[in-house]
Amino acid sequence: MSETLSDITVELGVPAGLRGVPTTDVPETKKTFTSDQEVRWCPGCGDYAILAAVQGFLPELGLRRENIVFVSGIGCSSRFPYYLDTYGMHSIHGRAPAIATGLAVTRPDLSVWVVTGDGDALSIGGNHLIHALRRNVNLTILLFNNRIYGLTKGQYSPTSELGKITKSTPMGSLDAPFNPVSLALGAEATFVARTIDSDRAHLTAVLHAAAAHRGASLVEVYQNCNIFNDGAFDLLKSPETRDDMLIRLEHGQPIRFGADLDKGIRRDQVTGALEVCAGDDPAVIVHDAHAADSSQAFALSRLADPGTLARSPIGILRQVDRATYGDRMSEQLETAVGTQGPGDLAGLLAGSDPWTVG
Amino acid sequence: MSGKQVHELDRVIIRFAGDSGDGMQLTGDRFTAETAAFGNDLSTLPNFPAEIRAPAGTLPGVSSFQLHFADHDILTPGDAPDVLVAMNPAALKANLEDLPRGATIVVDTSEFTARTLKKVGYDSNPLDDGALSDYKVHALDLTGMTMDALAAFDLTRKEASRSKNMFALGLLSWMYGRPIEGTIQFLEKKFAKHPVIRDANIAALRAGWNYGETTEDFAVSYEIKPAALAPGRYRNITGNLALSYGLVAASQRSGLPLFLGSYPITPASDILHELSKHKRFGVRTFQAEDEIAGVGAALGAAFGGALGVTTTSGPGIALKSETIGLAVSLELPLIVCDIQRGGPSTGLPTKTEQADLLQAMFGRNGEAPVPIVAPCSPGDCFYAALEAVRIAVTYRTPVLLLSDGYLANGAEPWRIPEINDLPLIEPRFATARNQGNGNGSAQFWPYLRDRETLARPWAVPGTAGLEHRIGGLEKADGSGNISYDPQNHDLMVRTRQAKVDGIAASIPPLSVDDPSGEARLLVLGWGSTYGPIGAAARRVRAAGYPVAQAHLRHLNPFPANTGDVLRSYDRVLLPEMNLGQLALLLRGRYLVDIRSYNRVRGLPFKAEELADVIEKAITDV
Repeated sequence: MSETLSDITVELGVPAGLRGVPTTDVPETKKTFTSDQEVRWCPGCGDYAILAAVQGFLPELGLRRENIVFVSGIGCSSRFPYYLDTYGMHSIHGRAPAIATGLAVTRPDLSVWVVTGDGDALSIGGNHLIHALRRNVNLTILLFNNRIYGLTKGQYSPTSELGKITKSTPMGSLDAPFNPVSLALGAEATFVARTIDSDRAHLTAVLHAAAAHRGASLVEVYQNCNIFNDGAFDLLKSPETRDDMLIRLEHGQPIRFGADLDKGIRRDQVTGALEVCAGDDPAVIVHDAHAADSSQAFALSRLADPGTLARSPIGILRQVDRATYGDRMSEQLETAVGTQGPGDLAGLLAGSDPWTVG
Repeated sequence: MSGKQVHELDRVIIRFAGDSGDGMQLTGDRFTAETAAFGNDLSTLPNFPAEIRAPAGTLPGVSSFQLHFADHDILTPGDAPDVLVAMNPAALKANLEDLPRGATIVVDTSEFTARTLKKVGYDSNPLDDGALSDYKVHALDLTGMTMDALAAFDLTRKEASRSKNMFALGLLSWMYGRPIEGTIQFLEKKFAKHPVIRDANIAALRAGWNYGETTEDFAVSYEIKPAALAPGRYRNITGNLALSYGLVAASQRSGLPLFLGSYPITPASDILHELSKHKRFGVRTFQAEDEIAGVGAALGAAFGGALGVTTTSGPGIALKSETIGLAVSLELPLIVCDIQRGGPSTGLPTKTEQADLLQAMFGRNGEAPVPIVAPCSPGDCFYAALEAVRIAVTYRTPVLLLSDGYLANGAEPWRIPEINDLPLIEPRFATARNQGNGNGSAQFWPYLRDRETLARPWAVPGTAGLEHRIGGLEKADGSGNISYDPQNHDLMVRTRQAKVDGIAASIPPLSVDDPSGEARLLVLGWGSTYGPIGAAARRVRAAGYPVAQAHLRHLNPFPANTGDVLRSYDRVLLPEMNLGQLALLLRGRYLVDIRSYNRVRGLPFKAEELADVIEKAITDV
């Protein structure tokens, strides 16, 4: 059974990603998940919208809140766990995916979330992010991308556009930015999606799908920092430009965008790259998020202009099934017990050739 | 029987040396197993290059394995070999200076060619030029005899020659009356899928034994009677194996599932290898992408109620420091095992050292006290692991377990404990809210402490009503909410320190071994120097000098009586395989004028060397 929320299909019942996590019959509300701590982000920060969306959406999962854990790193976004009345850990810079891995692998009865930012996940913590994705640990990773370092007051980040003028780059930054979605696809992620802080319905639908996915889900959220990088996503948000700048992906649907869906995406038969064409071009491709091969999802991710982010695809780029690291590990433990019997400590300590004295 | 003479000895030190590809570690391991099965007390010292296959025939490529066995209890792998088995000129040259005059040398002559001699700088053949006239030399064509013995097998010459280590093992086993049945069984299992290799190795082993029995070259064999060890069941064990078993035992005795997050590093990797075998004990091992992820995952597992462990060596500790600091702030149980090796930087990966003590003690930002436990022998690694877990779980703190390369790879007979004699460790998870809020309902305060231990409650996810958030930011005393209050920070810093200091109330006092009761000199040690110091103290006492010995197993906090013990002797001598790190701590803490003896050669102290140092210190008092 399924229903359509916005433009994303969501499975109902106990989704695979939450299998094993205890549910509750007691009705939950946004208040259930709101902690008593004062929220301390700057007024106008995009994080407020994401927090509200998460607090509003968690009750829909019907999970016992004590079985939900948010783990974060360091940065503005990483204050997130303090504001949710679940279990939470505000850890150290970049390491949240590693810490969450240990938790998720030992506690399959928990719904484990990672909240991170572009600096936290892609700079200091880049190594942990890619390995959590390739291992397919059952985590939902929310990557708030504001293309700037906020908490340290405005240095350029690994997603900042080339040439960005910041406190640490008065003549412009010198390094090309990461595209987090491309990176995640290259890291063998099984679920990769992108959404925007200002589009509550889309954000909520993507979160639903990410939570439902069993394995590592990477959700990049374009998030405005109104203090140090205000308007970074205006091109994608402004009613005048957004329809031409955002490519909304829907599984099984032709990829069209523009105010009157007058643009489409087709494949260049010579180079294999994707390109913009007319919306009624018969070669417009159909989005297949479940394709085993990630080439088309990667090609879609490359449509976004690295500087302006024009033609950013949003929605679920890829969602495929692959056994999770934790499930495989649990299987090995069960197999070991099944073939060798449960552990016998006395036998282990004695070893194969003990001898007796006296 | 051959009717050859049998001489009785009370102890023997044998060193097998060859190219790193010659299988010397395996040969030593098998001789050790045979010796353990025979009932001697023993102690071993493997010594091998960091390179997996250093260039053949060169001095850097020499790998050796020393074994000391006796009819009485012994404490060290021995200072100087009585017997050197040298499989090539490099092995002879690299080890000769360690041999006392009159020692026995068995060499494989087939490797003594003009080319191999030149490679290690011999201008003439030491087997012919009188350079070895002070030794009993058995110059044997081990390779040739091995190939002759294997002529009937379908093997290339190169393949056949690889069994020369088994020929040498067979010969030495005959010389010292070791049984070889265990090795035959071992070979049958190891090469079960390669019947020709299996049979060739067994044939070479038997040929070596038979050669000893029949040749005129060996007129006598030796007998070393079994040692009178305390009654019980024994096995042979290395430090890394004992440490691994200690962790499994701690998991079983606490009911906490064991989770190891680790990144491969010498000499700690064997713990990862070992624990990955024990899945039926519910042990989860995670080979992480780096050292930081290894400890991070362990801490995440601990947050979820597992026994979180990470294993590494010095360079890995440097990388894990920030996460250990987080564990100090989160006040969660975490076991960090540092199998020390020579430093700084990459240093001497396969050699031993004790130079990470100050790193363990202070290697974090801020005031971040971490308890430290250091085992004193390979077998003690088992109990030290249990003790580290007891402290971590009871006090909700990361604990550093400081082993080293010598303990990790060294082996000794180990009395197998009864499971019921092992301590029980109670996790005492929080199950209920602990703080009234004035309006009749209760709250959960994650930093409300146990009055006695100062430990905070360990409330694991999944426990209804105890939802809470913790992090690396300073927390308000009690509620655990973020706090930037100056007085609160001062209180929290002092409280975390007081909690670690308070562990002293739960550890045994420092005991002193002074048989005469007349000693004016105390020799103090920590970690793996226990054996050499103990052996040296015996020699000194046998020579008529009184000396007291004490050994610290807990390095943070120290046992409560440490200052009293140090001050009750006219002089304290502290040998360390560093430049005086424990001495620095003790001098600062107790204002005692400790005399250091420091060597950092990548090798354990020799008993004779320490005996000289102790005697000199006694005469100086």
